[in-house]
Amino acid sequence: MDGSLNDALIGEQKIRNFNINFGPQHPAAHGVLRLVLELDGEVVERCDPHIGLLHRGTEKLMESRTYLQNLPYFDRLDYVAPMNQEHAWCLAIERLTGTVVPRRASLIRVLYSEISRILNHLLNVTTQAMDVGALTPPLWGFEEREKLMVFYERASGSRLHAAYFRPGGVHQDLTEALINDIDEWADYFPKVLDDIDTLLTENRIFKQRNADIGVVTEEDIQKWGYSGVMVRGSGLAWDLRRSQPYECYDEFDFMIPVGKNGDCYDRYLCRMAEMRESTRIVKQAIAKLRLEKGDVLARGKITPPKRSEMKTSMEALIHHFKLYTEGFHVPAGEVYAAVEAPKGEFGVYLVADGTNKPYRAKIRAPGFLHLQSMDYICKGHQLADVSAIIGTMDVVFGEIDR
Amino acid sequence: MSEALQELAAHLTLKYPDAVLGHAVAFGELTVELVPSHLEAFVDFLLIDSACRFSSLVDITAVDHPEREKRFEVVYHFLSMYQNHRIRVKLAIGETDMVPSLVEIHPSANWFEREVFDMFGILFSGHPDLRRILTDYGFRGFPLRKDFPTTGYTEVRYDESQKRVVYEAVKLVQEYRQFDFMSPWEGAEYILPGDEKRV
Repeated sequence: MDGSLNDALIGEQKIRNFNINFGPQHPAAHGVLRLVLELDGEVVERCDPHIGLLHRGTEKLMESRTYLQNLPYFDRLDYVAPMNQEHAWCLAIERLTGTVVPRRASLIRVLYSEISRILNHLLNVTTQAMDVGALTPPLWGFEEREKLMVFYERASGSRLHAAYFRPGGVHQDLTEALINDIDEWADYFPKVLDDIDTLLTENRIFKQRNADIGVVTEEDIQKWGYSGVMVRGSGLAWDLRRSQPYECYDEFDFMIPVGKNGDCYDRYLCRMAEMRESTRIVKQAIAKLRLEKGDVLARGKITPPKRSEMKTSMEALIHHFKLYTEGFHVPAGEVYAAVEAPKGEFGVYLVADGTNKPYRAKIRAPGFLHLQSMDYICKGHQLADVSAIIGTMDVVFGEIDR
Repeated sequence: MSEALQELAAHLTLKYPDAVLGHAVAFGELTVELVPSHLEAFVDFLLIDSACRFSSLVDITAVDHPEREKRFEVVYHFLSMYQNHRIRVKLAIGETDMVPSLVEIHPSANWFEREVFDMFGILFSGHPDLRRILTDYGFRGFPLRKDFPTTGYTEVRYDESQKRVVYEAVKLVQEYRQFDFMSPWEGAEYILPGDEKRV
């Protein structure tokens, strides 16, 4: 004991930076992220994200499956907002085959894309709050998520991996009762947002942990290829729904909230405001859906025949059988289809060679680019800020690792 | 939309006549084929030129065509948030060729290039840190090449006696099935065993 004291008293000690592993089992790593952090005291000097722990080879698997069989893989990318991914895949196929989606199906897609956006933002806002120390928001947010997942289930039969958007429309029509229930929920939901607002927005700890943390400038956005809220939080009103409209977003009335300072706090505010806007779109979509009756699939080669037809028509039966075994053929060509997923620009680069399987499909996930800039953003921040930044970047490893 | 893209393509070919091999507008998207050695100058021009301003790099990927002499096609997607348009740039690359890295111009190219290297084995010259990114530590082979089997070569399991994860060669209980749905009415290019006609 006495002798060992001398070790601590050497004047000129060489101080070495401290390397730690953040994850892959850390609850604030939002999944299987391994960060190798080099720390100088509590300040992050270098941050090297190791990804790929959830790599399932989706792109390789897709090359040996038919277009329709590939659709469920998209649910498993960003499993927080599954339908937005399916949407990109359907849009890519529809553009290559020149399919026109019926209006009712288009409205249902908008409705469910916005429900997914709320699903995503609820999870993100509340768990980011949990990362910085608040425990109640996730409990409140997940209650609403539960309700939304019931809407998922009532439309598609599945709470999470819906496989609901299909090339040429959506799988099943919505019932009147479901539309009424979503409408009722949309009336009530802003109150929940107000409640979460009172918990977080003016909360002193929450503000201290988020304001001025992870500031993103316009130059950073271009350099690192950001999209989604990471762009809008810094004051650029860039939203694919508005700037390069797909589906029937151009006929909806909604606003694009933008931040001012580009820090974590502004991105939180953007997400909260976006949820309110999404609720407005949901309300509008429901009003339009009540007027617009009709089919939800563009009946043709790439979609199944009606069940009632199959009972009477031999051709319809053959068509159904061939569609679900061989699948449909997509004419050769290449296309890049992007949607404004809740996390940013989610894109699919599809190379078709005229057979029933994609020759190559590249999935472009927004989280991949956001996470890439971890080193740049975290440098000089404190260790505790790392979890706030991961939270605000909205990373989900399903889509990053693919 | 497509007229504006045609104009843009004409503008690019005028500025870089020996770099641009060809261009096409299909499905409302502009594709430009490029000589690999001109890539850096061309992308820099795309970034700076006021008619282009392709400020964000959206994606880098590759497509494997084993039957071609230049096997890989490296595909770049760029987006301009200011001019609100997109462009796709393609390079044809042989198996041993190097592609100039874009990390200097677009830092976001870093992980994309690592991924392309990981998946296809294409090397990028001037990349600061060309490690594997998505596959396992110590992985061998390039999974997205067409000659790489979907099942892979190795599998992992936890060995109870050794108390650690062990790597083994893939053992398949049944052959990996690739169904052939070619319709007999459309005519197959091969003859199924037993279907041969007597000569």
